[in-house]
Amino acid sequence: MKRTLLSLALGTAVSLAGITAASAGTLDDVKSKGFIQCGVSQGLIGFSNPDDKNNWTGLDVDFCRAVAGAVFGDGQKVKFTPLSAKERFTALQSGEIDILSRNTTWTMGRDTSLGLVFAGVTYYDGQGFLVKKSLGVDSALKLDGASVCTQTGTTTELNLADYFRANNMKYEVVAFEKADEVIAAYDSGRCDVFTTDQSGLYAERLKLKNPDENVVLPEIISKEPLGPVVRQGDDAWFNVVKWTYFALLNAEEAGVTTANVDDMVANSTDPGIRRLLGVEGDFGKAIGLENNWAANAVKAVGNYGEMFDRNVGPETNLKISRGVNALWSKGGIQYAPPVR
Amino acid sequence: MSDIHSQRDLAYVRTEEAPAMPAPLTVSGPIGWMRENLFPTPINSLMSLIFGALLLYVIWITLEWSVFNAVWSGEDRSACIGDGAHGACWAMARAKFGQWMYGFYPFTERWRVDVVGIVGVLALVPMMMPSLPYKRINGIFLLGIYPILTLILLTGGNFDISFLPTITVNIDTGESSLNWSVWMVAFAFVLAIVVPILFLGFVAKIISPIISAIASAAIAGGVALLLIIMSIDFGLPYVETSKWGGLLLTLVVAVTGIVASLPIGVLLALGRRSNMPVVKLFSVAFIELWRGVPLITVLFMASVVLPLFLPPGTSFDKLLRALIGVALFSSAYMAEVVRGGLQAIPKGQTEAAQALGLTYWQNMGLITLPQALKLVIPGIVNSFIGLFKDTVLVGIIGLYDLLLIVQAANTDQKWVAPQTHSTGFFFAAAVFWIFCFGMSRYSMFMERQLDTGHKN
Repeated sequence: MKRTLLSLALGTAVSLAGITAASAGTLDDVKSKGFIQCGVSQGLIGFSNPDDKNNWTGLDVDFCRAVAGAVFGDGQKVKFTPLSAKERFTALQSGEIDILSRNTTWTMGRDTSLGLVFAGVTYYDGQGFLVKKSLGVDSALKLDGASVCTQTGTTTELNLADYFRANNMKYEVVAFEKADEVIAAYDSGRCDVFTTDQSGLYAERLKLKNPDENVVLPEIISKEPLGPVVRQGDDAWFNVVKWTYFALLNAEEAGVTTANVDDMVANSTDPGIRRLLGVEGDFGKAIGLENNWAANAVKAVGNYGEMFDRNVGPETNLKISRGVNALWSKGGIQYAPPVR
Repeated sequence: MSDIHSQRDLAYVRTEEAPAMPAPLTVSGPIGWMRENLFPTPINSLMSLIFGALLLYVIWITLEWSVFNAVWSGEDRSACIGDGAHGACWAMARAKFGQWMYGFYPFTERWRVDVVGIVGVLALVPMMMPSLPYKRINGIFLLGIYPILTLILLTGGNFDISFLPTITVNIDTGESSLNWSVWMVAFAFVLAIVVPILFLGFVAKIISPIISAIASAAIAGGVALLLIIMSIDFGLPYVETSKWGGLLLTLVVAVTGIVASLPIGVLLALGRRSNMPVVKLFSVAFIELWRGVPLITVLFMASVVLPLFLPPGTSFDKLLRALIGVALFSSAYMAEVVRGGLQAIPKGQTEAAQALGLTYWQNMGLITLPQALKLVIPGIVNSFIGLFKDTVLVGIIGLYDLLLIVQAANTDQKWVAPQTHSTGFFFAAAVFWIFCFGMSRYSMFMERQLDTGHKN
């Protein structure tokens, strides 16, 4: 296939397919160009990062692969655009990318005023505490009188003040300008506790001299729901992204994994599973995809639990426990409406 | 005559000079040098000792961190944590080295980058040595053929160039739109350059009509040839620019900026000193506009704001946007450096040239510019080095230059460790230093080569 020189040199060339699809909606646009353009972080441990072999890995990255699986039946039909925090929303608004899957916190401001919508919460994050095991503390409520390392000028500092005051505890702040300074101060013993978003705590723990001598406390004191974002007013594409996320959750709940999905399609008698995997009903067609869309998404990256375990779970270097990200049936808050 | 004879006959007169005695050890050799320069007075001696000790200490801790305590081999981060956490993690650098050099360029296609690099070095080195011949042919190759070779090898060539414009009709809304073909854009581009040249030749008669006709034909032919070459299918797989990264990307941005900024800067400097009001106004406006905004703003505009103005579905290569921004930005700085040199040339030189009947361009090309550029070599190289280091700013628009790709190692679960960050930065700093120091030394060499004894 010949490439247009203009698109490289002058940027005015628009293909027939491109122009037709642009007004017909992202889903048709994506189908005609044959891949999904996914905006990810330039580097965040466990969420999106290029590995030695030039492959993108991480939870945010895998979610885009799942959508590619649902749309094309092939999780590799996705191209990644690494974005800085400042340019992420513009990239989505301008149509440069189709999904923004870049550890973006769902807030009312972002959901309502940017012309964008959040399609779900792939990771419930929130501010937590990291302490040395030698401190002998197993709950944030026992941190009375502790010195806390944090970054200046962030909401982290305000959340910290609120939490300690609400629980009638004294504390002493040791604040630094840069994230690297904070972790270095904690590592050298300048403070007892290090606080930031929990996924960040697990990531920073890997940079400590002896990661295993430190533990993340179970409490989360703020809400940072992270999820994929799409353009507002494009309901067909919004549905595809939203239901891909629900399909991954439903697959985990039903016990459908990469290993058994083909077997499930052929042999399962559970009506819920049969509807999810497209053996019964026309649920895929209803969102403009093949009926086996959910099975394809699971084949691409596994169910939500597999995706979590592979990228950030206890078997990885990060060792993040499921916590609130467990299914609702297992004590967490990840919950998906049924396919029926 | 007789006097000489009589002197020679005297027995106590030496007829030849006695051999010089070696200087005493205390004033010659290393000891003498040290006595004179390091320990001439008690206060100087004390300072020499203090700073000498400091220097040794810095060298020692650097070596200790980067060599003695460093981890040289390992499969993943486990090699660089615990006891290994005190020195550089070169095991990580070894695993990531290819990525740091080529970015995400596909493994099987990396030979293309190697070819571009080797050919570039083989052509550039003889070009930089004044004693070697064939400068003209080499120059034509480096500025004419090599960029095309690089573009084809790095991207893959095989661009679509259709003669006819395509008209697309939107099925949903019935709107139709015209897409200009490459040839039409190229034609407009050629026209924009050729028409003024022909105007100068045939109407204004500032340059000879024959030269203007030949130049116009050469430009039109060159552009057509370039398009045809670009469309040839060499069977190379396409590598999109988003896959370029690491040192490759840094060099592409830096070299493009350096090569483009010097000629554009010279033209702008001449324009700013021109007597023609339109040319002068344009040059001043261009220079002051680009010099008045930070590079980071230029890159942000190109990356974030520009796409909002373009029709949806239009792709405008991100790297190209950055390249244009960097080239125009550095041209404005270069223009002011060159203008400084032009101002240093006495007016008498120009008047002498005019008295000899030389035209403006002959005067500039043969008399004023060679002297002016020689004067401002330090300033020009200063700009080049500044530009080379400024390339790291492209990281903020998501291009993986050397610095950003080195930092990516710190977010890779497989390798993140206490020393991952510092090892990467140490490596990047070393690479940048080698390039900048090389440029600096070469500029000093050129200054000595071109020195005509007028320096004060």
